[in-house]
Amino acid sequence: MTENQGPRDEWPLYEVFVRGKRGLNHVHVGSLHAADDEMAVRHARDVYTRRNEGVSIWVVRADAITASSPDEKDPLFAPNGDKVYRHPTFYAIPANVPHM
Amino acid sequence: MNEFHQTPSHSAPDPSHEDGSVYDGLLGTDSSQWAFGTDFEDPLAGVDTTVPDGVDHRMLAAYCLALADDALVFSHRLSEWCSNAPDLEEDIALANIALDLLGQARLLLARAAAADPDVVPVLPEGSPVPAEDALAFFREADEFRNVRFVEVPNGDFAHTVARVLLFATARLAVLDRLTGSRDAVLAAVAAKGVKELTYHRDYAGRWFLTLARGTEESRRRLVAALDQLWPLYPEMLATHPVEAAAAEAGVGVDPATVAAETDVVLEQVLAMSGVDRPQRASLAGVDGRTGRDGLHTEALSRMLAEMQVVARAHPMGQW
Repeated sequence: MTENQGPRDEWPLYEVFVRGKRGLNHVHVGSLHAADDEMAVRHARDVYTRRNEGVSIWVVRADAITASSPDEKDPLFAPNGDKVYRHPTFYAIPANVPHM
Repeated sequence: MNEFHQTPSHSAPDPSHEDGSVYDGLLGTDSSQWAFGTDFEDPLAGVDTTVPDGVDHRMLAAYCLALADDALVFSHRLSEWCSNAPDLEEDIALANIALDLLGQARLLLARAAAADPDVVPVLPEGSPVPAEDALAFFREADEFRNVRFVEVPNGDFAHTVARVLLFATARLAVLDRLTGSRDAVLAAVAAKGVKELTYHRDYAGRWFLTLARGTEESRRRLVAALDQLWPLYPEMLATHPVEAAAAEAGVGVDPATVAAETDVVLEQVLAMSGVDRPQRASLAGVDGRTGRDGLHTEALSRMLAEMQVVARAHPMGQW
């Protein structure tokens, strides 16, 4: 906790990932403020699983995430834009194969 | 203002509409396409709702009212935090706790009405108001059976943290025993409540420790709040004749029998937080009557006036 400095400093920002009942992986659902990691999990439970969505929660401090820069968009992603053969679109997927 | 009377850009979903609505998919039995769950459980699904043999219906109803009113009144006090909590996240956390308690109250009020329809206030003929709503919104303060602990006005956030901790600790111990009730409905309500109250106690316990070990100011406020609540606390763990009778019949729990284990939990939190047990005598009743007898502080009437005003203005209203 911070010392008394008049108005409180903001708590650090956390990003929240929830794995749904039938979800295979944790999905980013939003962000929140919390004083520490434990409080972030509890806040995430209260804010993002109110509608019976979740079975597991991950939280990570937003400043611990390294993101790609919008400036790098072309070199990073444009080269894959014309390689349609990388998609499984040239054969039929059996109806009983889930999660494609 | 005019714009509020214009036709909304999209109409509210009408479940009876022949073309169906966008929500139809949510209501189907196959919800496997949804990554996030849609299946909500009815806590009373498959539960035997007959009153067990040899149990006095009026006593069972009175016992349910006591349990229900504790939850209902405290739920309302917590909901008064809505939009006023120190943080958006805490605001939602308190609202969640309030809604959990409201859910418990609703099931318990419905059980009281089913056990003894005479407890339900009489509304104009043809009123669609269900029995549990009639009990919540059309009783006077002296008909409420909650302990006074839950009705006193909110103070600061520390006051609410201390109150949630004391309330959840005592009620969790009671409901934990109540899961063995001979009354299947009470047992089911208790089983649902135990999970909820475990979280409430955890939430309040963490904040209690944080405030106690935080700044000088947070500690001062917490200690003051605990001191203020302490005289009201023993009422929650005292035996009322209705609770004694319910325990005797095997449907209820005498709170005095869980006082010791409640105290052990509380002592752990106090010790870890380095907070001394307040030395305050318990608030006396009037002629031996307390909240469970319908003897309340003035604060309850004021709270109910606000809580009940809309429902009372529309006794024929459909909600």
